[in-house]
Amino acid sequence: MATKFKINSRPVTVDVPGDTPLLWVIRDDIGFTGTKFGCGIGLCGACTVHVNGRATRSCITPVSSVANTVVTTIEGLAENGHPLLDTWVEAQTPQCGYCQPGQIMQAAAMLRDFPDPTDEQIDQVMSGNLCRCMAYVRIREAIRMAARRMQAGVPDDEGNTREASHA
Amino acid sequence: MRKYQPLIASIVLVAGLVLAAWEPSLSAESDVDEGRFTPDQIEHGRVLAGIGNCGTCHTASPDKPYAGGVDFPTPFGTLYATNITPHPQQGIGGWSREAFFRAMREGVSADGSHLYPAFPYTHFKNITDDDLDALYAYFMTREAIDYTPPENALRFPFNLRFLQWGWKLMFFDPEPWQPDPEQGQQWNRGAYLAKGLGHCSACHTPRNAMGAEKQDRAYAGALVDNWYAPALDDSQPVPVHWDSDTLYQYLRSGLSDYHGVAVGSMGEVVHRGLKRAPDNDIRALATYMASLSGDTQPVNTQARSAELITAAQQRARGDLSAGEALYIGACAACHYNSPQQPMAARAELSLNSAVTADDPTNLIRVLLEGIGTESGSPILVMPGYSGLSDTDLVELAQFLRRRSGLPEWKNLRQRVAELRELHRQAQAGTAEHTGE
Repeated sequence: MATKFKINSRPVTVDVPGDTPLLWVIRDDIGFTGTKFGCGIGLCGACTVHVNGRATRSCITPVSSVANTVVTTIEGLAENGHPLLDTWVEAQTPQCGYCQPGQIMQAAAMLRDFPDPTDEQIDQVMSGNLCRCMAYVRIREAIRMAARRMQAGVPDDEGNTREASHA
Repeated sequence: MRKYQPLIASIVLVAGLVLAAWEPSLSAESDVDEGRFTPDQIEHGRVLAGIGNCGTCHTASPDKPYAGGVDFPTPFGTLYATNITPHPQQGIGGWSREAFFRAMREGVSADGSHLYPAFPYTHFKNITDDDLDALYAYFMTREAIDYTPPENALRFPFNLRFLQWGWKLMFFDPEPWQPDPEQGQQWNRGAYLAKGLGHCSACHTPRNAMGAEKQDRAYAGALVDNWYAPALDDSQPVPVHWDSDTLYQYLRSGLSDYHGVAVGSMGEVVHRGLKRAPDNDIRALATYMASLSGDTQPVNTQARSAELITAAQQRARGDLSAGEALYIGACAACHYNSPQQPMAARAELSLNSAVTADDPTNLIRVLLEGIGTESGSPILVMPGYSGLSDTDLVELAQFLRRRSGLPEWKNLRQRVAELRELHRQAQAGTAEHTGE
C-alpha cells in the first residue's frame, strides 16, 4: 500500500504494508537513521519524531496513519537549525547519546506548547523519554537555556513545517 | 372442530395483522428528470446529506459512495445498509418523490414493505418538504452504483418485516416536531436539525428491549456499534459541562479544550458530515445541544477546569501504581497540561469525556487503536498502544479514573478483552482487504 507524506520538507511515497511502524519506514526505507529504536512499545521515547509538529512515538505509529502529514526527524530539525541543538552541546548534555534525538524532538515539541516551561512542566512532559545515562539534569538545563534564547527572539526554524501542516 | 379453534384464531389474527401492516407499492417509475432539479437544490441536498450523515451508514467503501453494505450488528441480528444511489435495480433509481417521502417519514420502502428503525425515519419525519426535496434531488443525481448489499441476517421473528407495523404502533408517533415559540430562532433551528436530519438522539439515547429510544432518558448516553455516545443531558459526567461555545468548537473542528476530540462514529459525523454545514447551522446545533443539560448559569469554565486539573495532578502525585508508571511513560508527554490552560491538542485526561464516561469503551478503543488524522483532528495523530497487555491497559485505565476522582469501571477487564478481540479482527480484516 502506497503512503504519501512529507518528511523534513521533502515529499515521499513509500510502498509498504500500512501497519509498518513509521520508525522502520524512516530508517530503512527513507534512510534517516538519526531516529532510534528503543523499546518498541512507545514507552521510552527514543523514537520520537514530529507529525505535523507534534511529538509522536514512531515505533508504534503505523505508517498508514501519517498519510498526508508532515513528519520531521532530528535530521529535519538540524537542517533548519534549532536553539536546542546548540544548547544541547553547550550544556554538554549527552553521555552515550542514544536517546538524544528522541529527547531533543520531544523538547522541541514541548517548547511550542510551553514556550517558557517551569521545571515541573519540563519534568512532566519529558518523563516519558528515558535516559539510561541519567543525563536528566543536563537535559533540563539545555531546555531552559533554549527556552530563554527563543524567548529572546532566536527563531524556532521549524515554523515552516508547522505552516506546511495546515496546507 | 373445537381443537382447531386456536389455530383458526391464529390464522385470522396473522391475516389481520398482515392486512393492517400492508402498505401499497408505489410506482416503480421515478420522477427523475435530472433537468428538473436546480443546481441550488442539489447543492442544498449535498449539505443536508452531510448534516444527516447519510454517508456514514450508507457507504461501506469510499469508492462506492452511498451504495450501502455497512453492517449493523443489533441484538436482533445483523442489518445491512441499503444502496441509496439512483441505480434502477439495486438502488432507489425507480423511486418516485412520493415513495422517497414515504420512506423518510413513515419508514416504508417503495415496494410497500416496512423499514427497520435502524433507518431513523423516526427522526426524518421532522424534515420539511423543501429539505426532503433537496435531498431527493441530491441522491437522484449521484452516480448510480450497481452494487447489492448483503441480505439482512435477522433472527426469527425479527426478519418478518410486517411485524414492524406493530413496532410502529407502539413506538412511532408520525406527528412531526413543531418549533417551540418560547425559544429563540437559533434554538429552534438547532432543535430542527438535531431532532430531524441530524438524528443525534439515535445514538445518544439508550434504547429499550425492542430497540426504541427511551423517551424518558433522552440523551442519557448509549453504546452504539462499540462506541459510547456520551450523555448530553444533565447527567453528563464530564466535569466541565458542555456549553454552546465548547459544543460549537467541537462540532466545527472535532476538538474541545475541555472534553477531547471526536473519534469513532462521532469523528465521521464531524469530519465527513457536519463539515458541509454552514457555520450558523453549527451554532444553532450547539445552542440546542447546550440546552439539554439544563445549565442556565454561565460558569467560569477556565477557573473551574484549572481547579479540576490541579486536583487531578495532586491526586496522581506519588500514586506509585503500575498505572501511574504507564501514564508517565506513555501518556504524560503529550497529555500533561498546565491547569490554567488545557489545550485541545493535549487532551486533558482528567476532564476527558472518554475517561469520565460511565462506560470504558471509548478509552479502551482509543488506547488500542490510536487516532488517525481522518478522525480526531487532521493535525493530530495518536499511536495505538495495543502492545500493552490487557493487565497494563486495565492498570492504566484504573489510574486515569483515580486521577479524575472517579470510581472504578466495573466491567473494565471484560471490556478490554472484548475490544482487543474486536481490534484483532479488524486488523486481520484490513490485512486481508489490502492483500497484506
